[in-house]
Amino acid sequence: MSEDTNIKSNNKQSGFKVAIKNFLDATEIDPRMLGMIIALLAIWLVFDFFSGGRFITPRNLWNLGVQSSSVAVMATGMVFIIVTRNIDLSIGSMLGVIGMLMGILQAEILPDLVGYGHWSIWIVTLTAGIMIGVTIGAFQGSLVAYLGVPAFIVTLGGLLVWRGAAWWTTSGRTVAPLDDNFRLMGGGINGSIGYWPSWIVGIIACVAILYSIVNARRQRKRFHFPLRPLWAETLLAFLWSGMVLGAVAVANNYYLPSRVAAKIAEEKGLTIPEEGLFISYGLPIPLLIAIGVVIVMHFIATRTRFGRYIFAFGGNPEAAELSGINTKKLTIMIFAIIGGLAAIGAAITTARLNAATNSLGILDELLVIAAAVIGGSSLSGGIGTIAGALLGALVMQSLQSGMILVGMDSPMQNIVVGIVLVFAVFIDTLYRKHAG
Amino acid sequence: MDMTNKKPLVEIKNVSISFGGVHAVDDVSVDLYPGEVVGLLGHNGAGKSTLIKILSGSYKSDGGEIYIDGEKATIKTPRDAKAYGIETIYQTLALADNVDAAANLFLGRELTTPLGTLDDVAMEAAAREVMGRLNPNFKKFKEPVSALSGGQRQSVAIARALYFNARILIMDEPTAALGPQETKMVNDLIIELKKQGIGIFLISHDIHDVFDMADRVAVMNNGKLVGTANTADITKDEALGMIIIGKVPENAIAGSGASQ
Ligand SMILES: Nc1ncnc2c1ncn2[C@@H]1O[C@H](COP(=O)(O)OP(=O)(O)OP(=O)(O)O)[C@@H](O)[C@H]1O
Ligand SMILES: [Mg+2]
Repeated sequence: MSEDTNIKSNNKQSGFKVAIKNFLDATEIDPRMLGMIIALLAIWLVFDFFSGGRFITPRNLWNLGVQSSSVAVMATGMVFIIVTRNIDLSIGSMLGVIGMLMGILQAEILPDLVGYGHWSIWIVTLTAGIMIGVTIGAFQGSLVAYLGVPAFIVTLGGLLVWRGAAWWTTSGRTVAPLDDNFRLMGGGINGSIGYWPSWIVGIIACVAILYSIVNARRQRKRFHFPLRPLWAETLLAFLWSGMVLGAVAVANNYYLPSRVAAKIAEEKGLTIPEEGLFISYGLPIPLLIAIGVVIVMHFIATRTRFGRYIFAFGGNPEAAELSGINTKKLTIMIFAIIGGLAAIGAAITTARLNAATNSLGILDELLVIAAAVIGGSSLSGGIGTIAGALLGALVMQSLQSGMILVGMDSPMQNIVVGIVLVFAVFIDTLYRKHAG
Repeated sequence: MDMTNKKPLVEIKNVSISFGGVHAVDDVSVDLYPGEVVGLLGHNGAGKSTLIKILSGSYKSDGGEIYIDGEKATIKTPRDAKAYGIETIYQTLALADNVDAAANLFLGRELTTPLGTLDDVAMEAAAREVMGRLNPNFKKFKEPVSALSGGQRQSVAIARALYFNARILIMDEPTAALGPQETKMVNDLIIELKKQGIGIFLISHDIHDVFDMADRVAVMNNGKLVGTANTADITKDEALGMIIIGKVPENAIAGSGASQ
């Protein structure tokens, strides 16, 4: 009797499992990614509940996007590092020293050369910063590749060296204010693109999503491969476009402070309507930068030879070498990339603060590594996704913002973040064991 | 097979390599003719894999020379070897476990679209085609090769060596993990490739397989060459004698590792 019911309930359960499996197979949604999105939404709902509805608001979500940008940018680079069985502990310090150098360049050197507020300052500064980052990264990478010093040690050294160098650039003095155009990269009142441009970006993104779905289908038709069912394709198109347009709607529902709006109205000679003037922020520039980086890095990871080699090398270094892949060059390039991304992170961070200080980016290496790892990158190598790193960065930032919002004190915040990190990796390990 | 009027495809001459104090390969010379299968035999640790890894560019020899088509070849990297048309099925298979069969098949030689991006569908199609010839039951094209059975993994490694139209094929225990049916398919394939004029070094512990397929055998022991012989000229027992006690029969050519 008891055996009978057992079998029945097992059947029911497996029926449900089969349904989920069929759904995931048809849509080809990565279950781990789906799990992460659900976890993120759960975090948002919990904080929203405990903060009395202050978490899921346009204002908070907008800020969340801005605050996640820098870590998200750097975490995409950390994915490549971790996938190839390396680690980069120096990224926070690289951010520090590059931020300082970019600060000095734009605030103290370039204005003397081209004039204060010249349009070219931000471009020159950012380019120089990226070049410095790439150089530092390539240098560290070559120590790993050619001298065989473990990345952990090389970048632990880097953590100290570049932090020291950051102080050394100005003997600890803070550099401020920064160039106006450069500051747009940090978000803020001017650093978002406004109402209509946001919708246009959103619509372009939707078109791109549709195109890529149609194109993938055409490619598979070309070789007569099994196609995804049409309902699944449609569902995916709706899901993705919905997410994009939802994000735009959120950003457009966050309005400039009424004082600022009034000032703008005055400048443009507009009359303020009775119900008040609502000017949308729209999508913040740092978030757009982060999304741009994510798209490029995702493209590199999945669509290029270089990306393929990164994963193959991480999966089996010997096999990669025997296939004729230049693994030393590969290692240097991966470290160069994360150096360049540290520069972009530094630009976003300093721009947001409107200052370069030598303490910038302290402990960022931990946030960045945590974001990549929560996003599914495996420290044993070979596994990781760029989209996962983005989600990981959002999870980390959501936790931090949420805990501040509900008034948790900062020692407690650290404890929670630490536990979540370990727990997330534990769940991932369990999942991997079951998925084989 | 009569080799006298043919030019050797590969000549390995006096090649040596040592790791620390171990002479893994010690002054070994072997050659290989087009359309010939040479079986490499010897105990575990005799130096068979090490010898062929020198030919495939994954080890640099300490001394000796390699000639291909009668001309001196410089093989410093696996890429160099592939440029000479040398394809290798490694004993360890050398697969990246975390990517799928097609990605492994084309590793280092990916097909790209006109834009320079990976043409995954074309690679998958090619993988389906070549795997279909080798292991028709194979279906797991979407999964990372870590999810495959030992035999399936071996099929992927074999497919990789076959796909690129090798002139010289090195097979280091290619059927160790295969079932009888798949082993037979690989053996049939070796005979077919032989007909196409491809030269094959076959390392195997299965002396029956070797005698079925190989035209000649070369026996190694302790890094040295015990001797070489036409399979038609010696018996399996004599071959075992070469492997086990280093005794070279009359019809064989003795090397420096012979026991006398
Ligand atoms: N990379 C290496 N470093 C140090 N020693 C090595 C290395 N590769 C091989 N050897 C040594 O060289 C000798 C020959 O090894 P090899 O792998 O060539 O043997 P084998 O004939 O292929 O044996 P098996 O039949 O077990 O595959 C062994 O003593 C081995 O320990
Ligand atoms: Mg071996």
